Amino acid sequence: MKPIRLSILALALALASLGSAHAGKTLDTIKQRDQIAVGVSTGVPGFSAADSQGRWAGLDVDIGKAVAAALLGDANKVKWVPLASQQRFTALQSGEVDVLSRNTTVTLTRDASMGLAFTAIAFYDGQGFMVPAKSKVKSAKQLKGATVCVQSGTTSEKNLADFSRAYKLNLKPVVFDKFDAANAAYFAGRCQAYTTDTSGLASVRAKDAKDPKEHLILPELISKEPLGPLVRRGDDEWLAIVRWVVNGLLEAEENGITQANVDQLKADSTDPVVGRLLGKTEDTGKLLGLDRDWLARAIKAVGNYGEIYERNVGEKTPVGLARGKNRLWTDGGLHYALPLR
Amino acid sequence: MTLRAPVPPRAPPPRQHRAWSWRSPATRALLWQALALAGLLAGLFWLVHNTQVNMAARGIQSGWDFLGQTAGFDIGEQLIAFDAGDSLARAFLVGLLNTLRVALLGILLCTLLGTLVGLGRLSHNLLLRALCRAYVELFRNVPLLVQLLVWYLLLVEYLPDASAAWSWREALFLSKAGLAFPTLVAGANGWSDWGAWHWQLPALQDFGIEGGGALSPEFIAVTVGLGCYTAAFVAEVVRAGIRSVPPGQIEAAQSVGLSRRQTLRLVTGPLALRVILPPLTNQYLNLTKNSSLAVAIGYPDLVSIANTTLNQTGRAVECIGVIMLVYLALSLLTAALMAVFNRRVALKER
Repeated sequence: MKPIRLSILALALALASLGSAHAGKTLDTIKQRDQIAVGVSTGVPGFSAADSQGRWAGLDVDIGKAVAAALLGDANKVKWVPLASQQRFTALQSGEVDVLSRNTTVTLTRDASMGLAFTAIAFYDGQGFMVPAKSKVKSAKQLKGATVCVQSGTTSEKNLADFSRAYKLNLKPVVFDKFDAANAAYFAGRCQAYTTDTSGLASVRAKDAKDPKEHLILPELISKEPLGPLVRRGDDEWLAIVRWVVNGLLEAEENGITQANVDQLKADSTDPVVGRLLGKTEDTGKLLGLDRDWLARAIKAVGNYGEIYERNVGEKTPVGLARGKNRLWTDGGLHYALPLR
Repeated sequence: MTLRAPVPPRAPPPRQHRAWSWRSPATRALLWQALALAGLLAGLFWLVHNTQVNMAARGIQSGWDFLGQTAGFDIGEQLIAFDAGDSLARAFLVGLLNTLRVALLGILLCTLLGTLVGLGRLSHNLLLRALCRAYVELFRNVPLLVQLLVWYLLLVEYLPDASAAWSWREALFLSKAGLAFPTLVAGANGWSDWGAWHWQLPALQDFGIEGGGALSPEFIAVTVGLGCYTAAFVAEVVRAGIRSVPPGQIEAAQSVGLSRRQTLRLVTGPLALRVILPPLTNQYLNLTKNSSLAVAIGYPDLVSIANTTLNQTGRAVECIGVIMLVYLALSLLTAALMAVFNRRVALKER
């Protein structure tokens, strides 16, 4: 009964909360509640996952914390709402969460037709394949006729179909509604390959494989998957805050501001850019409806983007993702923070 | 019977004129009913209107036009041809057929198994009785979702890889990829050339077994899981039905010299069936609706397709509307068919 129950819940939420559509802007609601409701995944280690004490950690989680620190002054004023991939958009549309920070791909359909708006890109990803190393497959194009495990409610299903048609591979998808079920089926050997974003593959391999070395992530990326937080359409002030917090974390890395040195730089630095970022010389917060120290607080809470990356998904963590495309543009990566001026 | 005198036709009842007076309880009752109906309709209208207005205000697109869009995703198993270039409407149809396939086979399985277990519970053999009781208690008291996952994981965990499939005479192959079996196919000249019909045997390829027909482990797990679970309830229904036959009827049958088998076929069976059918219908409806759990183990049923569509298009209200309508229609259809059958076996009062 579970899928039905979830669906009905989603429908009921959609219907019930639409009644209060004009109750007020998200920003007012958040301030009144003194807490941000952040939609996260039901458990993707490195991005958003709860530990045994129920403490959430991960890259997506840290972005939620940074926003809470900037807006409410405390990184812990967050209510984490774990959402399956099929529930996530309805939960945001209906107001159950204020922001969806849940490894979600930006696409035209989602941005234009679902009443949602993307804020910034927090992670550049691409869809890939994982196969058991013993299968001797070295390229995704060798997977002709293979059965592929995939999670429903994702862009992965469509990319898989496109790739299969483009190379006439006749791939057979087995679609699961839960990440965990798809993982279990792949590791039990039901499918010859497993497909999702490569970050997800690395996360699954680190968490569920008996021996991570027995599974190989193939070199081909079959899609572009820019992941980032989303908000509801029509709340421009709130959208701006989320957007500029993410950009601020990137800008902080570019200017060498870290969790450890932020206080000291704020006191001593004579660099005009650092002064502006930390609210010492200019008050960027006023323009966003925040106070002067908004970004300094966010960095103090979770560190700059590079620190967040290395702590959650970097090469020293079990997920073990090289920085790759997610380096700053100054290091040859894709992250190009919009200027905080 | 043939000697009975014809019954004179009954005179029509005298026509009563309704007194339209506020003091008449009948008039007031009618008024209340009209008010309740109007309230219900107004509530429904408000709900639909409010949803539409607010969805428009939030820029959420709605409507049924999306059914004509290209699906863009593949479906693992299909009874009719489907590929990613077909429309979403056809994807829904594929999902519906997959649901029906599981429901029909599940109903067949639960009826056969349930009847056997139900009869077993009435057996004079202590061991058989105890085993059947254990079956009912085990399957009835473990949540269905857990049972489905157990069946599925048993299949994919303990069966061999497709490359080392268990085979029976090179015709049947059982592996993690499911059960492959030979199918009868027409020759190159089409259906009419009867001489060219031949068996197509499954054979091992690079990634699994190709050719012939195949049942996926998802399908097997869902069908067997639903069938075994519902059979426990059917067994109890059958047992109750048989126990409901008054002992006097059986004694009477024996006293006129019917054998045990004749008693079962001519007396116990028909009498029990009347009691069994209505609750059995409930079990069939439950089985059909429970098949929506299939998505948990990766079977592409209607709910699975609707979930995928919902995510690709964002049409939540519409997709869930389709799911609700389809299950409602299936349930009403099953109930109607069972009602026809019930009328045929009902006690005819002459």
